[in-house]
Amino acid sequence: MNKTVNQKAWFLVLPVFLLVAFSAVIPLMTVINYSVQDTFGNNVFSWVGLDWFEEIIHSQRMHESLGRQAMLTTIILLIEVPFGIFIALNMPKKGFWASFCLVVIALPLLIPWNVVGTIWQIFGRKDIGLLGHTLASMGIEYNYAQDVLSAWITIVVMDVWHWTSLIVLLCYAGLQSIPDAYYQAAKIDQASRWSVFRYIELPKMSGVLLIAILLRFMDSFMIYSEPFVLTGGGPGNSTTFLSIDLVNMALGQFDLGPASAYSLMYFLVVLLVSWVFFTVMTSIDKKGAV
Amino acid sequence: MDLSWMAWTKETATFFILIFITLVIMTIWAVKKPEMPRVGILRIETTRGDRLFLSLLGSAFICIAWLGFFGAPIYGGLVVCFFYALAVFRWV
Repeated sequence: MNKTVNQKAWFLVLPVFLLVAFSAVIPLMTVINYSVQDTFGNNVFSWVGLDWFEEIIHSQRMHESLGRQAMLTTIILLIEVPFGIFIALNMPKKGFWASFCLVVIALPLLIPWNVVGTIWQIFGRKDIGLLGHTLASMGIEYNYAQDVLSAWITIVVMDVWHWTSLIVLLCYAGLQSIPDAYYQAAKIDQASRWSVFRYIELPKMSGVLLIAILLRFMDSFMIYSEPFVLTGGGPGNSTTFLSIDLVNMALGQFDLGPASAYSLMYFLVVLLVSWVFFTVMTSIDKKGAV
Repeated sequence: MDLSWMAWTKETATFFILIFITLVIMTIWAVKKPEMPRVGILRIETTRGDRLFLSLLGSAFICIAWLGFFGAPIYGGLVVCFFYALAVFRWV
């Protein structure tokens, strides 16, 4: 078969190319320019070379934020992924209740990040919040503004409340695509519930599950609005995650140079993890297609 | 067009021009000599573009690690990056 070669279709990509250039490439170039200079404002810059990178690599502050961030992301993934799968497995497969569950579960996803922060900030208050008041009346010490453990628990529960739905919806879609014949075959073989999950449902879900994990990893690794509204990074620095720390440095202290070096290293980590996930996902797709 | 807000320096401009030239060369190379993806030591399919991406990303990490362990200047790190990129293009 002779294929016609026509490369003109590339021009259709031009608008997106321009959009990405202005929204991502030019800002990124500017950040790289900032990262090798120092400024005291007024658009006056002086060359410092790689000093900021060296300073940030050795900075205690960055190490601590990175540690907190890694811990938060790990906790969130460890809770949300199994919990999301569990809910998806137990949802009704068809009928009125299936649609009802889908709508209810999708609701938290529609709420903007900063509103979620505000909801939980009020919800946890001792004077007017339902959660804070109930816990206080039960005699449980809970104060997310002063107690580190309370703050962490609130942030984790808030994120689980907000984002488990995403994993549920993706897994549910994966489960729905499994033909009934698989389950019938398993029944004939008298497979246990666990075997059905392990050898039928999990392999069929693995593609969407990886996408879910990637999305949750990226989102939680770049989390900003929710903890910022809820705790503002406190008490002390206990919930200052990478992006909160970065914004404090760039906009709070106006240290544009170090903040740029910081954000570039942050970006590299995100880029590396995304690449790994993307590669794994596409190679799984290819294996599935064979 | 006033680009002073982007705080350009000679060094960063050179860096971007080099990357831009590399992309142009890779494009010309791809048009002149189209290629098939191949599977290397990472057991994943890669094209030349993938290998360039891996070289650049890995080089960034090598330079940062060099800064962390030995400090500036990073000429030694750049030499490591060069051999790393060669290895990526040869074996990945």
